[in-house]
Amino acid sequence: MSTVAERAERAVKPATMAQALTRAMRDAMAEDPTVHVMGEDVGTLGGVFRITDGLAKEFGEDRVTDTPLAEAGILGTAVGMAMYGLRPVVEMQFDAFAYPAFEQLISHVAKMRNRTRGAMPLPITIRIPYGGGIGGVEHHCDSSEAYYVATPGLTVVTPATVEDAYGLLRASIASDDPVVFLEPKRLYWSKADWSPQSPAAVPGIGKALVRRTGTSATLITYGPSLPLCLEAAEAAREEGWDLEVVDLRSLVPFDEETVVASVRRTGRAVVVHEAGGFGGPGAEIAARVTERCFHHLEAPVLRVTGFDIPYPPPMLEKHHLPGVDRILDAVARLQWEN
Amino acid sequence: MTVQELPGAGASHRVTPPPAWRPRTEAAPLLPDPEPYRVLGTEAADRLDPELMRRYYAELVRGRRYNAQATALTRQGRLAVYPSTVGQEAAEIAAALVLEEQDWLFPSYRDTLAAVARGLDPVQALTLLRGDWHTGYDPREHRIAPLSTPLATQLPHAVGLAHAARLRGDEVVALAMVGDGGTSEGDFHEALNFAAVWKAPVVFLVQNNGFAISVPLAKQTAAPTLAHKAVGYGMPGRLVDGNDVAAMHEVLTEAVQRARSGGGPTLIEAVTYRMEAHTNADDATRYRSDAEVEAWKAHDPVLLLERELTARGILDDAGIREARDAAEAMAATLRERMNADPVLNPMDLFAHVYAEQTGALREQAELLRAELEAEGEA
Ligand SMILES: Cc1ncc(C[n+]2csc(CCOP(=O)(O)OP(=O)(O)O)c2C)c(N)n1
Repeated sequence: MSTVAERAERAVKPATMAQALTRAMRDAMAEDPTVHVMGEDVGTLGGVFRITDGLAKEFGEDRVTDTPLAEAGILGTAVGMAMYGLRPVVEMQFDAFAYPAFEQLISHVAKMRNRTRGAMPLPITIRIPYGGGIGGVEHHCDSSEAYYVATPGLTVVTPATVEDAYGLLRASIASDDPVVFLEPKRLYWSKADWSPQSPAAVPGIGKALVRRTGTSATLITYGPSLPLCLEAAEAAREEGWDLEVVDLRSLVPFDEETVVASVRRTGRAVVVHEAGGFGGPGAEIAARVTERCFHHLEAPVLRVTGFDIPYPPPMLEKHHLPGVDRILDAVARLQWEN
Repeated sequence: MTVQELPGAGASHRVTPPPAWRPRTEAAPLLPDPEPYRVLGTEAADRLDPELMRRYYAELVRGRRYNAQATALTRQGRLAVYPSTVGQEAAEIAAALVLEEQDWLFPSYRDTLAAVARGLDPVQALTLLRGDWHTGYDPREHRIAPLSTPLATQLPHAVGLAHAARLRGDEVVALAMVGDGGTSEGDFHEALNFAAVWKAPVVFLVQNNGFAISVPLAKQTAAPTLAHKAVGYGMPGRLVDGNDVAAMHEVLTEAVQRARSGGGPTLIEAVTYRMEAHTNADDATRYRSDAEVEAWKAHDPVLLLERELTARGILDDAGIREARDAAEAMAATLRERMNADPVLNPMDLFAHVYAEQTGALREQAELLRAELEAEGEA
């Protein structure tokens, strides 16, 4: 017999992305004693975004550890823990504060499987709140995904929905490879009807999803820009455009098939992300789409991205971040006439 | 409220500091003796264990021969590069021998000899330097982490591993090796700090061999000794003569025991000297004098031990010959095995990047396969 509280928890009700992430770590830790959470302020405080809230209380300090304030040390010790058979889930407090750990990330985390010819995979999940739109001061809003996707050996995923936050984080923790798990911090408090007790199964890492079907053009996006693209797609209906929206979910591995199939159907594509355009993920995606869909394309693949500037101060960020209007302008330019 | 009205005002002008101001650890017992610890040539040598010392002697002679052979192999183009440890054999070998089977060694790129002394197949240990694969062995099988090329980055790994082992209730000690130059890296600092805060069972062994490529210690640090750095983290620091294998053995054994019994980490500075150039690509005459090198020759680790043991009748001519013959045999086998060309499979390039191949890598692997087939047909 279940108690009222248990029945209440099982019920599908609005949950935030933050809650789904917490739940994912909690469930992973309950199922697998080798899962450890570590980082700055993740214990007593529950993290500055409270994503690890309650975990230290439930699992103790040995498994949810407030580390010294040192990102290279956090990731470097996580490497050693993974070498000994643990599954560390590391929190980097903010996107731009992961940079001190880059040497460990690039020289060791990404390469250990390769260096040891498969003998020593490192199952480390590196959670990084990323992106802007929250009015954060400098160094709190970077979109650093281009660095990660350019590093062979890293898996790079980013959820855009509450379901995916849970499902992709579970999959990341279960992965035998290191995963950079990018959390769109402006979506932390986005809500959806969701059951923490029996969360719906979502496709795993490496699968993109068509979030909205359409016929006139494909918007290719991920993470914080997904809600924006869905909004743009609604607005575009008035202009007579029926837009398809593809959520990548995983940047590495990249689901080329889903993207290519969509663009071949619609014949037009716009890639949307917050990171700068030059050398950004959109450049790679546009190149791939062009290579595979050249004869299906009615127009060049366009990109709507953040400017190629250091992240601006909060009062100016609205000018930097791609918005619905910029997306619609790009869509309008897809009426290619030569 | 004025100052005069504050509680306790006027009673005394003395201020009692709040408790947080007081140090958490007594610094005095952590401070290293400023004179390197020695056993050979001192009274402490009276307590030498003959059996152990004969073993060390054989290992030192073998290590010296290994260094010579590996250096010869670079001249023959069989190794891309070899960072020699001639002059440092005592530290290298003691680091390997004080560990128990379940313990882990975290070597730097220079410490091939320590890995070999721990029992790793010399050919497997040399794959990095030969260029056929980065790590030619399974680290878990031998409990030897991959030789680390980025300086000091292996130190936090040692801390994490030792910490994980302790969490799991295993009596594992991690011994991490780094050079004097490596102590300036941020990762050195972070590793020591984590280890001390977590009381992780780790031993940090710094081989101060005088130079980081060409840069002498005086330009690397202003600390009195590298061992002094321990105090700031709250762990004991020990200064030891790195050419004195008996002293190395004692100091390392004590640190390993401290770690194993829950006493936390130790930082050891072994004062030694790199007799040869940084690698075969380096010209040591540009930054040091022959006189300096000559002076260190009198303090050679093999010589120091040989002198002590023969004077004490622990070692005789037959024993010396036996050790040299064994070293010659090792060198002959190594030469022979290294002269065989390694067989490489180019498709391995894609084999160990991800657990599951990504689409992009599958495509690139197909491209390479087609190229290889075309080559085969040509
Ligand atoms: C992070 C990093 N920076 C630079 C180098 C290039 N490098 C290789 S060895 C070396 C000097 C190392 O000196 P030390 O730590 O004293 O060790 P030793 O070579 O004397 O054993 C340098 C600068 C490196 N391997 N890693």
